[in-house]
Amino acid sequence: MTNRKIKTVLIYVLLALWALIVLFPFYWMVLTSLKSYGVYNSEYIPKFFTLSPTLQNYFDAFSAVPLGRYLLNTLIFTVCTTAIMVVVAVLAAFAFARLQFRGKNLVFALFLSLMMLPNELVIITNFVTITNAGLRNSFPGLILPSVMSVFYVYLLKENFEMVPDNLYLAAKVDGTSDMKYLLRVLVPISRPTIITIIILKVIECWNSYVWPRLITDDPKFYLVSNGIQEIRQNGFGRENIPAMMAAVVVISIPLIVLFLIFRNKIMAGVLRGGTKG
Amino acid sequence: METNNRKAWLYLLPAGIFLAVFMVYPLIDVFIYSLEESYNFASQTSRGTGLFNFSYILHDPFFLQAVRNTALCVIITVPISTGLSLLIAFGLSSIKPLRNLFQTIYFLPYVTNTLAVGLVFMILFKKTAYTDGMVNLLIRFFHGPSVDFIDGPYWAKMFVLCFYVIWIVMPFKILILTSALASVDSSYYNAAKVDGTKGWRIFLRITLPMISPTVFYLIITGFIGAFKEYSDAVALFGTNLNAAKMNTIVGYIYDMLYGDSGGYPSYAAAAAILLFIIILTITVVNLLVSRKHVYY
Repeated sequence: MTNRKIKTVLIYVLLALWALIVLFPFYWMVLTSLKSYGVYNSEYIPKFFTLSPTLQNYFDAFSAVPLGRYLLNTLIFTVCTTAIMVVVAVLAAFAFARLQFRGKNLVFALFLSLMMLPNELVIITNFVTITNAGLRNSFPGLILPSVMSVFYVYLLKENFEMVPDNLYLAAKVDGTSDMKYLLRVLVPISRPTIITIIILKVIECWNSYVWPRLITDDPKFYLVSNGIQEIRQNGFGRENIPAMMAAVVVISIPLIVLFLIFRNKIMAGVLRGGTKG
Repeated sequence: METNNRKAWLYLLPAGIFLAVFMVYPLIDVFIYSLEESYNFASQTSRGTGLFNFSYILHDPFFLQAVRNTALCVIITVPISTGLSLLIAFGLSSIKPLRNLFQTIYFLPYVTNTLAVGLVFMILFKKTAYTDGMVNLLIRFFHGPSVDFIDGPYWAKMFVLCFYVIWIVMPFKILILTSALASVDSSYYNAAKVDGTKGWRIFLRITLPMISPTVFYLIITGFIGAFKEYSDAVALFGTNLNAAKMNTIVGYIYDMLYGDSGGYPSYAAAAAILLFIIILTITVVNLLVSRKHVYY
């Protein structure tokens, strides 16, 4: 009995400890962002709280560096990339799930094998392609190579196949066109999966760093990841850590809010096919 | 169902164009690049065809440093993160109150921007003229010597990098393992309880074998992810990783492609192919080992 109690206590201690390690950086960034520049730099031993919180750093983050521009760029990039991805993936998944054509199995196998391809292998040529096309520092250059995610097509195809054939055949008898069937029946039925892949893609876009870094060197086209790197290297003048942390908070908030709203959907989606581990 | 070739291809066309231009063609092209010796992007010239690029990067001290850093990072983070996530997932599945709250908290690093939160880790570990930083305060509390983890000795930098990598990859592993543990059929546990089996034995003899496929899946994806380590290092040490002696293989590829030392896609291609070979080999080895140890 007591043995079991000790075990339960130990488990809670372990879990609480890890929760602390996870949460502490978030606490620290919010705390630091609320300290004024003077206060922060006068604390040789950093304090765990502040008695005079200030929002000045947040004003600085938007006025001294183009944080608003970075956020807007990321928003445009995320919305366009995700929208194009969904349209392309839905069409391809429909062809694989419902239409019959010669070579379907072979094409699908080739398609799946692309899933194993590491990004590092293809990014070199993409860099050259986009540069030669004169698309550096432009939204098409940022968006186009980021659109395709083979895995989402696979996920959608699996989902479409679960819809009973009868619905399709009934629609055919009624003379409904394939496109109409796809938009009126298949897409509404598969809404949960479509929302899942949208959220996963949004997370991926919001955090993408490597491709934007390669293809943009004009701060006018920086996304948040590159923006924060730029802020770190020559942003607020010398070592203005509180303002930097304010920028970090602003960048982090959208996804955290998204996560708190769609918690179950995101976790289920990652379970079915997220990576990053 | 009727066969409808033309229409099907029409539906596949957009995806096909994207894949052909941005995945299939680059895949072929990267091998061509890797064989064009010292191809220079600015002058568009190469010295000939052959394997010189591979020999060049294998003799480049920066590449060797990158391989060493990456390998260390893999060897340290994969076992620790897998073991720790197993421990936490097991703890999570044996409690009821607060479980949802813990799960939500643990998932947070997954949805954060690596570059942004990396800055927080940097200020926590960094030692400047104005402050020793949070972590050094903690070390001093235990009467240890303070260290600059960001610009200091190699082992300290490696420690922060591994710590941050583990922090970032844990959410995914905890999530996957918790769900695997939840799907173990409870009748096995009941049978063990009837037999009076002890807790540790249940874990070793029932739980671990039942979730072994998931554990191996995590080890394989963990290896792949750690070998591709890059943006976490940038977040902590800045873009000039060579100067910090903290470059990784992927970082080396991008440095060759772009930036101050860039303009050499053929060296980048050779490094990318070597990376791919390393990852492929390790995945195959892992699969072979797992076939022996996965119980169903």
